[in-house]
Amino acid sequence: MAVRRLAPKEVQPASFAFSADNLAWANMVIERYPSGRQQSAVIPLLWRAQEQEGGWLTEAAIRYVADMLGMPYIRALEVATFYTQFQLSPVGKKAHVQVCGTTPCRLRGAGDLIEVCQHRIHHDQFALSADGDFSWEEVECQGACVNAPMVMIWKDTYEDLTVESFEKVLDGFASGNPPKPGPQNGRHFSAPLGGPTTLMDYRGEGVPHAVKEPVLADAEAKKPGEAANTTERPSPKPPADDATRKGGA
Amino acid sequence: MTRIIIDGKDIDVPPEYTLLQACEAAGAEIPRFCFHERLSIAGNCRMCLVELKGGPKPVASCAWGVKDCRPGPNGEPPEVSTRSPMVKKAREGVMEFLLINHPLDCPICDQGGECDLQDQAMGYGVDTGRFIENKRAVENKYLGALVKTIMTRCIQCTRCIRFAAEVAGAPEMGAIGRGEDMEITTYLESALTSEMQGNLVDICPVGALTSKPYAFAARPWELGKTQSIDVMDGVGSAIRVDTRGREVMRILPRLNEAINEEWISDKTRHIVDGLRTQRLDRPYVRDNGKLRPASWQEAFAAIAARVRQADAKRIGAIAGDLAAVEEMFALKDLLTRLGSRNFAVQGGAAFDPSLGRASYVFNPTIAGIEQADALLIVGSNPRWEATLLNARIRKRWRTNALKVGVIGERCDLTFDYDYLGAGPDTLAELADGRHSFADVLKNAEKPIVLVGAAATSRADGAAILSLAAKLAQAVGAVKDGWNGFGVVHDSASRVGALDIGFVPGEGGLDAAQMAAGGTDVLFLLGADEVEVAPGGFVVYIGTHGDRGAHRADVILPGAAYTEKVGLYVNLEGRVQMANRAGFPPGDAREDWAILRALSDVLGHRLPYDSLGALRQALFKGVPHLMRLDQIAPAEPGAVAALAGRGGAVDKAPVAPAITDYYLTNPIARASAVMAECSRLASGRVLAAAE
Repeated sequence: MAVRRLAPKEVQPASFAFSADNLAWANMVIERYPSGRQQSAVIPLLWRAQEQEGGWLTEAAIRYVADMLGMPYIRALEVATFYTQFQLSPVGKKAHVQVCGTTPCRLRGAGDLIEVCQHRIHHDQFALSADGDFSWEEVECQGACVNAPMVMIWKDTYEDLTVESFEKVLDGFASGNPPKPGPQNGRHFSAPLGGPTTLMDYRGEGVPHAVKEPVLADAEAKKPGEAANTTERPSPKPPADDATRKGGA
Repeated sequence: MTRIIIDGKDIDVPPEYTLLQACEAAGAEIPRFCFHERLSIAGNCRMCLVELKGGPKPVASCAWGVKDCRPGPNGEPPEVSTRSPMVKKAREGVMEFLLINHPLDCPICDQGGECDLQDQAMGYGVDTGRFIENKRAVENKYLGALVKTIMTRCIQCTRCIRFAAEVAGAPEMGAIGRGEDMEITTYLESALTSEMQGNLVDICPVGALTSKPYAFAARPWELGKTQSIDVMDGVGSAIRVDTRGREVMRILPRLNEAINEEWISDKTRHIVDGLRTQRLDRPYVRDNGKLRPASWQEAFAAIAARVRQADAKRIGAIAGDLAAVEEMFALKDLLTRLGSRNFAVQGGAAFDPSLGRASYVFNPTIAGIEQADALLIVGSNPRWEATLLNARIRKRWRTNALKVGVIGERCDLTFDYDYLGAGPDTLAELADGRHSFADVLKNAEKPIVLVGAAATSRADGAAILSLAAKLAQAVGAVKDGWNGFGVVHDSASRVGALDIGFVPGEGGLDAAQMAAGGTDVLFLLGADEVEVAPGGFVVYIGTHGDRGAHRADVILPGAAYTEKVGLYVNLEGRVQMANRAGFPPGDAREDWAILRALSDVLGHRLPYDSLGALRQALFKGVPHLMRLDQIAPAEPGAVAALAGRGGAVDKAPVAPAITDYYLTNPIARASAVMAECSRLASGRVLAAAE
């Protein structure tokens, strides 16, 4: 990690304002916090500003969010420079590739993916490709070690990559048809490659013979392009029934 | 009280104490960098580690409460060790880590010799380092005209951030980045706006923030140190004047819990270069419209010639903001002997000392602000008129126990307030109880009605003062054990002048009348804020070639506050003594001595040949002035008498008394540093107005 500074003045836009939709959303987020504690909303608001600005946080946006939350500019800047997920300089228009470079991915070939980035995009991290469409950076663990190596582009992860499949992913973004997120080698989520290897002859109630197809079918899976922390459910599910609940109402 | 054993010593401490406080109560010394008594606790330097018996690791004593310690298995009190091998090793480890990225540039560092890191590395560190890799380097940041940064030296204690946000009330400092790359800066390196930023240099435990005007000027051990009193405003902060030879090198705060705690304002601290420039170092006499250097005899003769011709009723004196009590007393004595009754102190027109002392001092006292629960500010910007008093208000406000209302100019006071109105009519409404804030004051246990210089410097200042006194009476601010009526003076001389009766005598002229041509001979005792009409003969006794000297017909060079021993009475009525740190330049003399010599030439010799004899005469007339560092109790009846005065108030909104904080007196106007601060501040005002 290196010293993170705001992008030079030349690339900074003069002003920033939330779009109508984002403004409504931002006000909704601010309302979650008790009065006098609006500053707690700084991270979601900065994040939304970053999305609106095409993947990077402009100086004007930092000031805008700080003004909106009634906090000193320096406090918002502290947050923006603390979290490396906030990009402080322009990123690729079509894709900003975050290659996981932590140990499990490294062992499974992340080094090769980085080389691909260096050849295809730019030798240096955070630098824009010649056409301005791509940029890349090496990030720490994204929590998809079972599908290593992986990259994250915008809100989606592309997993189980090889040099070839990664090139294909990049081609997809270049042509405007990004591939389906998730494993790029045919795996279902993180289930074993080529179907189940255990519980082959489990016969339970209502379970026909042997399980050939993967049992996992997550109807609530994250949709491509959607933030991972949002679900369709407005509130968390009640906890599973247990002995204490059964006796009661 | 909770029992705790520290280094084998069984002591009782309040349960809310931290371990660090408990250790200090037990007499153990705990090294620290990030912890500061007057700031919130950060707990990030780890220097204050102690061993808590039963714990697997040492704990940061600054952030660990006594009540959080568990008793022993049989209910024994918790046991803390500050001298065990574990603690020694922990301190050495912390120190080694801190020094990893700290440059070895002590020989060229301005903090050298008064550096916490240096001292503690000697006291608690090891003699060698094991680190052979590259040290980190950090770019220096621009923080304005007063604070110089060498950021590689920073150990990220965050004291400066906490000071700016908590004490100064200007949350401009921050830490960007994280981990090893954390850097202290302001937002995009904009200049600090606080008028207390000089204190950042003091609280920085290393040489990362140093004083820009003082950079590479002197070493602490070669300076002579004189304890003195500041005269830049009416607060009278305790200062230490550091001199090398005859030159004042810097001014630092001294601890005085009753007044300035341990902070001082930038004007107090950085006025130093103004003491060297524009100085009057010999007498001048005006010949054919031009000032020419003269001898003392010539100057005295010129004055004597004019005084002899003049009618005693047309001789007068105006005292300036920086005059000490002794010289005002001597001047009054001399002119009284000549038969004059025309005395005035700058900005003192609204006050009548005959009513009693409580009518013109800040009765609640500065420390008393910390008991107040409601405050009404009338016609004042305390941030500029009395910076440290404002800091005290902010300190109280931060406890959520103080409700503040403001009548007058709407400005950033570093705390939130209810803005009630711009002019005296709002005050009249409050006094009649027709305003909702009157109930706040009424329901408060210890309310304060503060009247500032912006109100009292107006033509109708006396009427506003009376109205405020009426309000204070009406809301019960003046009662047994609490006098909540307080006047904020923006000059160091005013309370002293009022104490010795340096005000127009019966039939005497006030300052405006004297300046407008009411006098043939006018003595200006360092009074530079008065515009004297052409015609009269003006004698200027002062230190700097400022406005008063330009108008003068005879200039008598005096001594600045660091060059004489003098009594000053601060706005609370506290008598304090400023000490001499050096001698006045050239032929300049102490002001009382000038007046004594002049009295001889005028044929009315003053009966004191030494400052001691002068003081005896002074104390005979005004005995409370001999009680140094004390506030003589003021009879609260004066407030009622003042309330009875009444008078017609003008409806016009209150205009600020101080338009440029950094250039309020002749010394400040001679200072290049203050000029730079003023330039930066005016740029901000323009930017804000756009």
